[in-house]
Amino acid sequence: MSDDVAIIGIGMHEFGRHPGVSGMDQGVIAVRRALADAGLAWNDMEFAFGGSLAAGAADTMVSQLGLTGLQFINVANGCATGGSALFSAFSTIKSGMCDIGIAIGFDKHEAGAFRVNTRGSGLGDWYGASGMALTTQFFGMKINRYMHEYGITEDSLAKVASKAFRNGSKNPMAWRRRPISEDEVKQSAMLSYPLTQYMFCSPGEGGVALILAKADRARELVKNPIFLKATVVRSRRFGSFEVLAPSIALEHNAGPTVDASKAAFEMAGIGPKDVDVAQLQDTEAGAEIMHMAENGFCEHGEQEAMIEAGATEINGRFPVNTDGGCLANGEPVGASGLRQVYENVLQLRGDAGDRQVPNNPKVAYTHVYGAPGISGVTILSR
Amino acid sequence: MKQIPVEEGVFTWPSDTPHLLGSRCTACGNHMFPTQSGCPRCAGDETETVELARRGTLWTWTVQGFAPKAPPYMGDADPKTFKAFGVGYIQLPGEVKVEARLTESDPTKLKIGMEMELTLVPLYTNDDGDEVMTFAFQPVTSA
Repeated sequence: MSDDVAIIGIGMHEFGRHPGVSGMDQGVIAVRRALADAGLAWNDMEFAFGGSLAAGAADTMVSQLGLTGLQFINVANGCATGGSALFSAFSTIKSGMCDIGIAIGFDKHEAGAFRVNTRGSGLGDWYGASGMALTTQFFGMKINRYMHEYGITEDSLAKVASKAFRNGSKNPMAWRRRPISEDEVKQSAMLSYPLTQYMFCSPGEGGVALILAKADRARELVKNPIFLKATVVRSRRFGSFEVLAPSIALEHNAGPTVDASKAAFEMAGIGPKDVDVAQLQDTEAGAEIMHMAENGFCEHGEQEAMIEAGATEINGRFPVNTDGGCLANGEPVGASGLRQVYENVLQLRGDAGDRQVPNNPKVAYTHVYGAPGISGVTILSR
Repeated sequence: MKQIPVEEGVFTWPSDTPHLLGSRCTACGNHMFPTQSGCPRCAGDETETVELARRGTLWTWTVQGFAPKAPPYMGDADPKTFKAFGVGYIQLPGEVKVEARLTESDPTKLKIGMEMELTLVPLYTNDDGDEVMTFAFQPVTSA
């Protein structure tokens, strides 16, 4: 695929908890930082795609940013809201309709596990009443089965979580910046067996904005455009094992992550071995492990040895979640997928500071997964 | 105390030997739980309600270790008195894997592949003083 569309500006509002600052305001701050990064103004934007799960309609932010009359479309697509905004922005430029636009994601969630709206999720009231409408249970059950099938151990879960907080400690935008040892991870409260408190990410707050441009315009405007080689969103197929499912089929399907990953590699014309750094959905520590294989970066079960050898560390042969991932950043749903892309742009520009991956990475990969069984993948290169 | 089901149509009621109520696709035979009108396997639009098997094997499990938020949870959501409960998927032979509470919550007593059987358990007492029942699977004790 040719270099048609580039990211020319990135902006982020710090992830974490920000009392008194609305989710929308965090989105506005992210937009202003992205504009400054690109050296552009709000009235240069021809279009916007934006969304949040719980912090309001993105298009209302024009009253703060400027009523320029741009085409602003709200996006609501669960955990792939950011990925869907990015896909839409990419497609709008690739189609030739527009030259420059912006993708925005932000959110602000209450503390604790997500409160699921059962009817809004197509589930009966009995499901939530009976104590099964918890996304955390799915993650516990998926990794429990996976550990049984592929011999992944609790040690690997603790190593992944500890790495996340170590990387987060090097990221000024991260929420949790205190390194946490493997022992402390294991000894924290057991939330959903086999997953402890520090193996889980928390719903949080934050905002991210990315400015995209047609390639020729991008080269005129900035010295370091990062090209968007692939952006894909996939929903689930029959037989996959997904979050918030009262039942699953006997026949097995590998799930939307596998589909999204294959489609993205095909779109980019490269393979997993070409990827230098990856941000993979780590709702909990086990998810990072399973998603390494589901995205094609190793065989099922190989993760145990890879993690033991430090392969996924910043200085390892395949760095994963260099910004601390969801574990250290928390998960403001609307912003989470764009946070991964923000990190990869920094890595490809060589601007990631203390957590910079060595040897001038050229290709970077992001992956989100979430309710109700949706996955989004991007591939960037410089 | 009068007992009532958490919701009509989820399991047979009243019944000493309860069954979950599912759907079977009249075109391809796929089984679903709970009941629904269309088939996600073949996209067929005709299903019939069936009683699902009462016994199956534990496919995977976890333990709900913290009090769920209320709403939507209707059981004891007070962190001070909350008791952990098991949750798992039970593979019903030839039908479907159903998600359910488990009567067992001790990780050392739960094993993937163990045989499980459907039962009904009290969830909470409503404002009318009725005991509201939901379904759960319990380990089959070898006779």
